[in-house]
Amino acid sequence: MVRDVQPSVPTGTTILALKYQDGIVMGGDRRATEGSQIASERIEKVYAADAHSVIAIAGTVGPCLELVKLFQTELEHYEKLEGEELSCEGKANKLAQMVREQFPLVFQGLVVVPIFSGYDIRRRQGRIFQYDITGGRYEETDFYAVGSGGKDARNTMKEHYQRGLSETDAINLVLAALFNAAEEDSGTGGPDPVRGIYPTMKLVREEGIVDVGEGQLAPMCQALIDVKKDRGYAL
Amino acid sequence: MMPYYVAPEQMMQDKAEYAKKGIAKGRSSIAMEYADGVLLIADNPNTSLYKISEVYDRIAFCGAGKYSEFESLRKAGIRHADLKGYMYSREDVSGRSLARAYSENLGGVFSQDIKPLEVELLVVEVGRVPTPNEMYRITFDGSIVADRGVAAIGGRADAIVRFFEEKERNTQASLAEAIALCREAFASANAQDVAVEALEVAVLERERSGRTFRRISNGALTGMDV
Repeated sequence: MVRDVQPSVPTGTTILALKYQDGIVMGGDRRATEGSQIASERIEKVYAADAHSVIAIAGTVGPCLELVKLFQTELEHYEKLEGEELSCEGKANKLAQMVREQFPLVFQGLVVVPIFSGYDIRRRQGRIFQYDITGGRYEETDFYAVGSGGKDARNTMKEHYQRGLSETDAINLVLAALFNAAEEDSGTGGPDPVRGIYPTMKLVREEGIVDVGEGQLAPMCQALIDVKKDRGYAL
Repeated sequence: MMPYYVAPEQMMQDKAEYAKKGIAKGRSSIAMEYADGVLLIADNPNTSLYKISEVYDRIAFCGAGKYSEFESLRKAGIRHADLKGYMYSREDVSGRSLARAYSENLGGVFSQDIKPLEVELLVVEVGRVPTPNEMYRITFDGSIVADRGVAAIGGRADAIVRFFEEKERNTQASLAEAIALCREAFASANAQDVAVEALEVAVLERERSGRTFRRISNGALTGMDV
């Protein structure tokens, strides 16, 4: 039964977060797969959770999207009832509880693994949290990536990361990491200038969440491709 | 068991008097339409205990009377709105539906419980162009009134409404003008000046997308020349 269900469930793929001088860049590819089939090439995996935090999702799409919606509602509800935002730590812990509640579904093949990035107003810094399927919550110091292409993305960041990156350098590194993940992993979609498909990306900063639009990402992706071409490196 | 017979009319009258007396002790709040949306302003010297609250994207709440009672109604209202938005969609959350729910609740308590709630509520929704704004005033017995231009609740509400009746209605005032006018109304109703620091101010801004509620801090108020 489980084997019957699993391949027909769309799953999300490479998401990552990386610290830079003003906060955090969070990005994700756009592909969802059902077994060996591509379910969607334009799915969104990076969502603003509230005014100072972003959640990215990997795993089974249905429960992941439900988790995002409920998490957004929970944060807004708390903020309105109490008259102030939950602390960054509080949001990360709340998400851990919600992931833990999903745990029984793992045995039916429905996995939910988010990355959470928030700007901690009290500490005046961006913070990255990764989760495991049991609701374990782990804070990362510099960057993290998860999903079927997560390891490739992590390796790219490990190679090129340095502290205090500028916004442009950070976005470029995230794009390169997603690019490499897409090359190695069939579940991760690469940038597709022909059909106009680019990764989604958000910046988590003190002033709030900034969406890095397609207009900004398209030329950066093109530049990345051109560099590879110049090296005589087949795409 | 009730030992004596009390005529229902008498009982209702006693309850109404009791509630009115409780509300009359408190300070007042005003909702006013201005050029860019709706202004909510409370004569509230306590800077941390709010009377005005965000409820949803385009909806705000204001309570007058007994704090503990309108606070639990405020929370119930936010729960009502968030639950509805989560179950259906954000577009389906309306001020009218919330006002009706409050009316039902207050009306039920007034007729069935021994003690009525000593509160008056305002539910305000800022319209999207060209939809007009909506302002609902709900009283302790569940009566609901839809106001235009200006709505007032609390102990000096009548005096405030009289103050505005004498003025020309202007829904196109700037924010600073609207705040200054409301401050004047409080001063006239209280028969003494109200300090800027004693005002709690928030707005629902029509042109914003998503959550339109914004608090205006005392610091920002002093800079506005109101």
